[in-house]
Amino acid sequence: MARMKFLCDTERCIECNGCVTACKQEHEIPWGVNRRRVVTINDGVPGERSISVACMHCSDAPCMAVCPVDCFYRTEEGVVLHDKDLCIGCGYCFYACPFGAPQFPQAGAFGVRGKMDKCTFCAGGPEPDNSEAEFKKYGRNRLAEGKLPVCAEMCATKALLGGDGDVLSDIYRERVTHRAARGTPGTPPMGWETAYGRPDAAKPPAVPTGGTKS
Amino acid sequence: MSRHIVMLAAGAAVAFGLAACGEQPQVIQYKQGQYQGKKDQQPFAGAPWNGNKTEWDAAIRTRNQNQNEYKRTN
Repeated sequence: MARMKFLCDTERCIECNGCVTACKQEHEIPWGVNRRRVVTINDGVPGERSISVACMHCSDAPCMAVCPVDCFYRTEEGVVLHDKDLCIGCGYCFYACPFGAPQFPQAGAFGVRGKMDKCTFCAGGPEPDNSEAEFKKYGRNRLAEGKLPVCAEMCATKALLGGDGDVLSDIYRERVTHRAARGTPGTPPMGWETAYGRPDAAKPPAVPTGGTKS
Repeated sequence: MSRHIVMLAAGAAVAFGLAACGEQPQVIQYKQGQYQGKKDQQPFAGAPWNGNKTEWDAAIRTRNQNQNEYKRTN
């Protein structure tokens, strides 16, 4: 059975924010709510890395554990979803989530919290699939259309992968193998050392120093 | 008569002394809650799959492999 996961390759992410834009456009997400965002570590420093973060659909989700009204559920595909009709907007899930995935619309006066909104893995929510009610509350249900999350499918560099965790692992493993085969500065291509020996073993043979002539 | 009073007093003292023995533990036992919301339907329940999980699985598998550019270009 598929166990839906996201995987972001920091070697490939170019911080274009295309995933963020696509998500907002696909689900018509209100201003101030970001189901997905790109985080850059060591911004501006050579060797900076960017990663696209949203709900990671945890196998043992802390948001589910702390919710006082038990509005979270996990689908058979491993997608963590919630019922907005039950949510009271308390924000416990936001404090529990290590990724900052739960979002709260600030539509009311004095920054009042609305019902929680988060990445649905493009799987909608507990309303009839592809109905208007589902779209209004949770966004589009691409999974029911046989498609994967739009953020992953439109990623230009294919840094962000989304889908069955086992398949993603295979894709990533193959990618890393190709990457290793090319080599990187400071790291020789894979197989080089096997073929030519370790760098420290590749010293030229010692030239005999001039000894005394007999 | 006085013996009855003494026995009654002793009985009251025993009852008073054991009164706290029936106190319930006040530490809450947290239990994993059950989902209280509406039931969601399977992603393959509606059109165009109409409950055909095999077809839906195949579609998802194809989309999954579309993310593998090594398979797309070779």
